[in-house]
Amino acid sequence: MQDMTEQETMLEVAIWRGGADGRFVTYEVPLRANQTVLDVVTEVQRRHEPALAYRFACRVGVCGSCAMTVNGAPKWTCRTHVKQVAATGKITIEPLRNLPRIKDLATDMTGFFEKWDRAGGRFRGSATRHDEPARVDPASRQRQYADAGIECINCAVCYAACEVVAWDDAYYGPAALNRAWTLVNDERHAATKQTLADASDRGGCGNCHSQGSCVRHCPIGLNPTRSIAGLKRMSLLQFVGMGR
Amino acid sequence: METGLYALQRVSAMIMAPLIVVHLGIILYAMRGGLTAAEIMSRTEGSVAWALFYGLFVVCAAVHAPIGVRSVLREWTPLAPRLIDAAMLVFGAALLVLGVRAVYAVTGGWS
Repeated sequence: MQDMTEQETMLEVAIWRGGADGRFVTYEVPLRANQTVLDVVTEVQRRHEPALAYRFACRVGVCGSCAMTVNGAPKWTCRTHVKQVAATGKITIEPLRNLPRIKDLATDMTGFFEKWDRAGGRFRGSATRHDEPARVDPASRQRQYADAGIECINCAVCYAACEVVAWDDAYYGPAALNRAWTLVNDERHAATKQTLADASDRGGCGNCHSQGSCVRHCPIGLNPTRSIAGLKRMSLLQFVGMGR
Repeated sequence: METGLYALQRVSAMIMAPLIVVHLGIILYAMRGGLTAAEIMSRTEGSVAWALFYGLFVVCAAVHAPIGVRSVLREWTPLAPRLIDAAMLVFGAALLVLGVRAVYAVTGGWS
């Protein structure tokens, strides 16, 4: 049982409340061992502000729902420990950048997923359930390219980190293009040319400045910049008639 | 179209890079010896080689620059994409005309 005479160390948390024209409201929650930023948000909602809107599901870094801007940088909050970000005993939590704010920490992800689709992200198979499963050589170069980007959880951290997304509404962003790159390298995908055409269209790979914010902030260490560079290379080869 | 423009911008840059090195080298070489404008003109006038060299340079610049400026305008201004495209066609044409005029002025007379 906790010693009631012991003074609790408190953490000062400034959380964005409201939509686009909202403001920061500061709360105090006890600083605990092994506390994640998502734990802090949950604690604020349960003890101080029942109307606080935020999004989460798995709490273990798989679903990609809980990304927020923490002290100015996009983070997956369920796997971000307070001790990693709150050296000063204060944290600021806002919704992700580059997405419309609905309420408090919840953003409207519709545009993010629409772009994912527009960049050619939908898998089209050529086989039926009666066919044998495809035999894909895990050591092939194509499969290794696909594997390098396949673990994306669509948390939109890269999308929030990307300056080009901030500048140009039409740009599909790192996640969508990384997805397209994994698809054009998936030998089971039946619409490779279409995906490549979509991914190099108006909002596509040619817009990337290779600035690398997506690489820096991707919580699972993917390299969308490299995927986009791959799309640029492939679309150029296709354009000059040397595509595969 | 985007892939085509992307390719054109890269290819024009690849062609221009060595041309720029030669261009700058020539400037340094010509100025070090204190050549006058008249002396330079006497070497370039009527020279098909210099006309081709700078003609290629002008064509590449007229292709390369508008594609880059188009991206900057799309990212940094709220202008409509079609308006930007039209403005860039005019910009490219202007670069081409001005450049060809200059090349002709320096190397002309080789008819």
